[in-house]
Amino acid sequence: MTVVENKAERAEGWNRPQVIEPDGEGELLEVAMGPHHPSTHGVFRMDVALDGERVVRLKPVFGYLHRNHEKIAEGASYLASMPYTDRLDYFCSLTNNWAYALAVEKLVGQVVPERAEYIRVILAELTRVQNHASSIGFLIQEMGASGTPLMYAFKEREKILDLFESLTGSRMMCNYMRFGGCRVDVSASWLDATRKVVAGLPAFVDEFEALLSSNEILMARCQGVGILRPELAINAGVSGPMLRGSGVNYDVRKVDHYGIYDRFKFRIPLGDHGDIYDRYMVRILEMRESIKIIEQALRDLPAGPIMDTRAKLRGFRPKPGEAYGRIEAPKGELGFYLISDGGLNPYRYRVRPPSLINLTILEDMCLGHNVADVVLIFGSVDIVLGEVDR
Amino acid sequence: MKTVEEIKAAIEAAVPGAGVEFVSNPSASAQHSLRIAPQSAVAVAKFLRDDADLAFDFLSNVTGVDWPDKEIAEKVKVMRWVTKTVDGPDGQKVDQPVEETVEETRKRIESGCLEVVYHLYSVGKKHGPLVLRMRTVNRTDQVDLPSLTPVWRSAELQEREVFDLYGVVFGGHPDLRRLLMWDGFKDHPMRRDYVEPDDFEYEPTPHDEVLKRAQERENREQRTEGPRDRGLAAG
Repeated sequence: MTVVENKAERAEGWNRPQVIEPDGEGELLEVAMGPHHPSTHGVFRMDVALDGERVVRLKPVFGYLHRNHEKIAEGASYLASMPYTDRLDYFCSLTNNWAYALAVEKLVGQVVPERAEYIRVILAELTRVQNHASSIGFLIQEMGASGTPLMYAFKEREKILDLFESLTGSRMMCNYMRFGGCRVDVSASWLDATRKVVAGLPAFVDEFEALLSSNEILMARCQGVGILRPELAINAGVSGPMLRGSGVNYDVRKVDHYGIYDRFKFRIPLGDHGDIYDRYMVRILEMRESIKIIEQALRDLPAGPIMDTRAKLRGFRPKPGEAYGRIEAPKGELGFYLISDGGLNPYRYRVRPPSLINLTILEDMCLGHNVADVVLIFGSVDIVLGEVDR
Repeated sequence: MKTVEEIKAAIEAAVPGAGVEFVSNPSASAQHSLRIAPQSAVAVAKFLRDDADLAFDFLSNVTGVDWPDKEIAEKVKVMRWVTKTVDGPDGQKVDQPVEETVEETRKRIESGCLEVVYHLYSVGKKHGPLVLRMRTVNRTDQVDLPSLTPVWRSAELQEREVFDLYGVVFGGHPDLRRLLMWDGFKDHPMRRDYVEPDDFEYEPTPHDEVLKRAQERENREQRTEGPRDRGLAAG
């Protein structure tokens, strides 16, 4: 097999995927992985061309779960889209809520009370822990370790979802945040329960890591596979653990200091090689940092109101203008872009989906690897199809 | 970060004839933007990415906005010569042309356009966002814009999405196909004048209400010349 550069693309260097030519023996085999392949986390298709076992071309096919979320939101009032954002990345509904609330707050210039900011941080970081744990669980499941690590992750996720349920009334479709605050206040008993769960999290991460990090099979399958170079990662708009796994120090929590993230001490874990193992490790370490943030937030949580007193729920009409708000969601940079024409509905409502944009470089990462590795590389991107297709 | 006005000046200094226009944002976010001329867009984008001070290496968000044709009613004051009967010098009535100001309502159609919005950040300098906008000439036949995918790879899927849902044709895009809708689909669902097909809930064997609606639609399409194929008819 020879690797040649595409002539037209040489000018741009690393901007386009390299072209891999088959070795000329035998024919290319075209495989449609998906839309119902169990490793695709939903309905997603990869049209793969194989030369023997090796991938020479890979084209992702989207849209099986498309319901035009943006169009629906443009026909509804601002608040009416809040429960619908839960359905984007249904693993992390609370961070979706936050990103949308943040964009609207930027648009109208609302200030969120202290207590609500702390509650948002606690919930977002709990979301991050459960998302990373289960995404690692799925990754290991795709490696062939059926069940055990995923069940370990889900055992912990279940505890966090119970907390969400007792606070918001729903395990996954939380619909909790509002423009200028949160919907209901946290009770003392909820805080006690959260403290208990958070106290158990470090032991869970330790156990998870003892089980996996030095596992021979995991290291053999993940190290040096699916390498993403930092220059390409930045240029392709990759964000979240994928970007930091490639060693780029960029975390919206540290860069934008949205909410009150400048008050907490936490570090940004970075990868060295940009392979699957680094992404796995970044997620493990991010869980540890998230636990630290939750502990600090629970310690400092002030008393006070949870809603901006001037916030208007009915007849909410922002002045004409536009705003782009973004947060560091567990999967990457989740942004909302809104244009208001002064009416009840947003004139333009756009979701910047990290899951979709992180798939831009899927082909680059998979070329030249075995078809079995495609499953792992795809799993290490950590996507949810509800957000990819919207 | 430099202010948007300073960036505008820097672009104009580096790319002659860039045609950059400042667009103010009156909302609380105060994220002002720059409208760039399509013909110099790639040069401007390369400058923004490669300039050492600006270093906008991270294209976060690409999106389309539809601005349909607007009918604007304006009241215009018009001077007009009107013949009036006035008293002549010798006591007789004389017709004389007189200049008079009349108010008139005029309707004009402001032609709409499709707009593409880019949100840029810098990973190295940790600043942003810079908002770039580009407009097509109209919404029907001149919907070409240059693709910024050769400059920022992250535009690849997002420009495909704008092409799919809005119908902006990006020249220079390496792989411009529909992203979310299927290939046989004909319309652009995010446009504001998009009408949902009435056989929305398509069934392989239509019956009852669905059958009635399907037949009505078929009759209507036979009557009107050149039906807009919504892509569902073929099944």
